[in-house]
Amino acid sequence: MKRLFAALALLVAALFAISLMTGPAGIGALDGLRALILGGDGPMPIVMREIRLPRALLGLAVGAGLGLTGAAMQGYLRNPLAEPGLIGVSGMAALGAVIAIQTGLSLGTALALPATALAGAAIGVGLLVALAGPRGGSVTLILAGIAISALAGAGTALVLNLSPNPYAANEIVFWLMGSLADRSMVHVWLALPPMLLGAALIWTTGRGLDALTLGESAASAMGVSATGLRWRLIVGVALIVGPATAVAGAIGFVGLVVPHILRPWVAARPSALLPASALGGAALLLAADIAVRLILPERDLKLGVLTALVGAPLFLHLIWKTRSGGRV
Amino acid sequence: MRAFVRRSDRILRWLAAALIAAAGPAIASSAGAAPQRVVSMNLCTDQIAMLLAAPGQLVSVSDLARDPRMSPMADRAQDYPINHGRAEEIYLMRPDLVIAGQYASGPTVAMLRRLGVRVEVLPPAEDIDAIRAEIIRMGGLLGREDKAAQVLARFDRGLTLAESNADRGRAAIYYANGYTSGRDTLAGTILTAAGYRNVADDLGITDTRSLPLEMLVMARPDRLITGAKWPGQSRGEAILDHPALARIAPETAEVTDRDWVCGTPFVLRAIEALK
Repeated sequence: MKRLFAALALLVAALFAISLMTGPAGIGALDGLRALILGGDGPMPIVMREIRLPRALLGLAVGAGLGLTGAAMQGYLRNPLAEPGLIGVSGMAALGAVIAIQTGLSLGTALALPATALAGAAIGVGLLVALAGPRGGSVTLILAGIAISALAGAGTALVLNLSPNPYAANEIVFWLMGSLADRSMVHVWLALPPMLLGAALIWTTGRGLDALTLGESAASAMGVSATGLRWRLIVGVALIVGPATAVAGAIGFVGLVVPHILRPWVAARPSALLPASALGGAALLLAADIAVRLILPERDLKLGVLTALVGAPLFLHLIWKTRSGGRV
Repeated sequence: MRAFVRRSDRILRWLAAALIAAAGPAIASSAGAAPQRVVSMNLCTDQIAMLLAAPGQLVSVSDLARDPRMSPMADRAQDYPINHGRAEEIYLMRPDLVIAGQYASGPTVAMLRRLGVRVEVLPPAEDIDAIRAEIIRMGGLLGREDKAAQVLARFDRGLTLAESNADRGRAAIYYANGYTSGRDTLAGTILTAAGYRNVADDLGITDTRSLPLEMLVMARPDRLITGAKWPGQSRGEAILDHPALARIAPETAEVTDRDWVCGTPFVLRAIEALK
């Protein structure tokens, strides 16, 4: 397992570096690195520090956050279909962010943007946990998820269509699919602190999630407080998914694909799956963000398009297994 | 060399104007007397029609003509009933001539024609020659050739005063969603006329298309002209607040406004404002 973590960390570091070197301006790798670290005159340090660095940092943080929350929700709900994007947690966060932006709240205080997105995500994940619970019923989870994401998507589209701004309605696709194009360090500072806090909170749920694999009564016999675990999970997921969605839009499938691929490697132990999925999520999102810049550099292809192309077949595969075996 | 190119430009311009002027009366006479009830359904044709029409001749302009953010003649447009570019309302105004822009809805134009209304479609004017041609053509359509010649003469005088031969450095136009305009667009024309070199030219962009932010930063323009902001907020406009833009062009916050929207004599104001 040590080798798995080393390999994943190496992969993330390499993709982070490639992300910094990818862009239309055609800056050489060494020149770019020098401009990034040493600064200097001319436009190159501005490109590296103000445009590419925030993009790479957000790819890393948002991907890690989505992977981590996916693994945590799957562990708690004991259902491999639980994923912030698919079951509407990201959608509710996007709705919160859109409301903050269109009502002008985010103009008053910049913090209003991640805060309302966080509130949206908390409502979404809270509803899901209340409805589906830790018994692992797929049908309840999927139905609740569909209802919440449909509601969140419709609310987002409605708010944007009501906006007096002619560009707003075209941005529905950003909020539904996500993109890291032209984000700045301002967005990094807005999103990163709450996400780190959320990650720390999720980190503490590892032992409880391990115990939960033995069943609810066994877990409570081992001294795991069900209420405590639930609240840490809800708040942690909201702290990560809310700010991440507020700056990057709702990116689906990362939290589904990554834990699914990595689970056999960590012997299906949730406490080990959490950090592994964080690294895996960062790698997947960085790779997707590099790909959108290479495939259609001028079109701002949305990240969710690529993650869905990878994730949807896997999702169908999971459904297939659910159908044939009753349990996944 | 530069002077020569400019002169040959001017000759071409006159040639085009003469050709169109020659064709103008032919169009007017083929339709009989000058139209008495003219409806314009495009922001840009609205303005030229208001400049040229005889009293009472223009019966309606588009709703956008009253929008002070887009129309330099918003005040004058208050005197006219407005239309929203719908076939039904325009037909009920019983026009004998409808003037539409090239981007008018195809089905609306087809419907009006099927109902027996004469519809003339004018392309958007993207450069000085096209603005002059548009004024002459509108004069011909309205049977107001004399007025058109007056407006044109005033426009040419203004242009001589406004056009600058000085080199004011390199400038870039940047709109929401990271779009820029090259030399074949109205905004590019205004920029060049004011004496700037357009950064888009160096990057091989002639029309309006997206320009990645980092390409713009690498091009290091001396001056940045950004698109106007609309009420409400959008992510598309947020790119204009990106810290990297403030770093490359700190003291230059020129904004395109209603004088930049249409190819009309009001572009002279936009050119003056840039100087």
